[in-house]
Amino acid sequence: MEMGLIGKKLGMTQIFWEDGAAIPVTVIETGPCFVIQKKTKKTDGYDAVQLGFGRRKEKKATKPLKGHFKKADKGYFQFIREFRTDTPDDYEVGQELKADIFGVGDRVDVIGTTKGKGFAGVIKRHGFHGGRATHGSMFHRAPGSIGASAYPSRVFKGTKLPGHMGNQRKTVQNLTIVGVRADRNLILVKGAVPGARNGIVLIKNAVKSMLTREN
Amino acid sequence: MNLLELIEKEQMRADIPAFKPGDTVKVHVRIIEGQKERIQVFEGVVIRKRGGNNRASFTVRKISRGVGVERTFPLHSPVIDKIDIVTKGKVRRSRLYYLRGLKGKKARIKELGRR
Repeated sequence: MEMGLIGKKLGMTQIFWEDGAAIPVTVIETGPCFVIQKKTKKTDGYDAVQLGFGRRKEKKATKPLKGHFKKADKGYFQFIREFRTDTPDDYEVGQELKADIFGVGDRVDVIGTTKGKGFAGVIKRHGFHGGRATHGSMFHRAPGSIGASAYPSRVFKGTKLPGHMGNQRKTVQNLTIVGVRADRNLILVKGAVPGARNGIVLIKNAVKSMLTREN
Repeated sequence: MNLLELIEKEQMRADIPAFKPGDTVKVHVRIIEGQKERIQVFEGVVIRKRGGNNRASFTVRKISRGVGVERTFPLHSPVIDKIDIVTKGKVRRSRLYYLRGLKGKKARIKELGRR
């Protein structure tokens, strides 16, 4: 089964394992997510399920969106995302998907938007080491040489330079689910996920894991 | 309630007694060696308590064969079998780092409630 959920990152904490190890976890509120539309190869050219998450006020929905949401008849949603799946017919339009579609021990990929860092220098952005702070040093946080002179007479593409950092869609692969609270729609994922608290994240079955549940 | 707090609260142990920096405690620690499990007791003065909810931890200091030994435990760790309070100490600060510089009679802490 290949499926995903839309969720809200609530923040990080830790939980204990039996042997006393403290495991860092990210708590994600994953729902309720409702199926808004099924996309099939026949009609759309690919197989996917479209989910809605988060309430939107009726007056905030545009007319075309209202018509689209009407088909599922589950109210208006703030976020709409699609998940590719080979079997969209396993799902019904209007069906509610909860945190329990994942189980403890499953491997997932989590997609989020990283925190924006603004225009960042090379030390923050690329991990350059920088120069000496004192003793007459005139080289502090500058990038240094960015290439030779007569040849190539230009800066190579892809050279690491200052620029905008963060606020990018990023995927963290192969995270382990260490807890599921179906009653409150919470998923506990081991490790960090991209983005700030209250940011929207997508949780999917891991692409590269051998451990992904197969149904 | 904050949902994050909820997750933290359900990790917390109710059987941990209330103690403060300055108290002398016996911490019974579960140690697993291969298949066998045994209990080791670490007795000393609590010199620090920090953090909240299930992330709280405390540090116990004792003098072992003339050498100061400090151990920090997560307060709600399942490794802790139980905590016994031996004496309640009377101290005027929450972090007793000054004990590290003292030894012998000077490193004593007055007991609470006895004059």
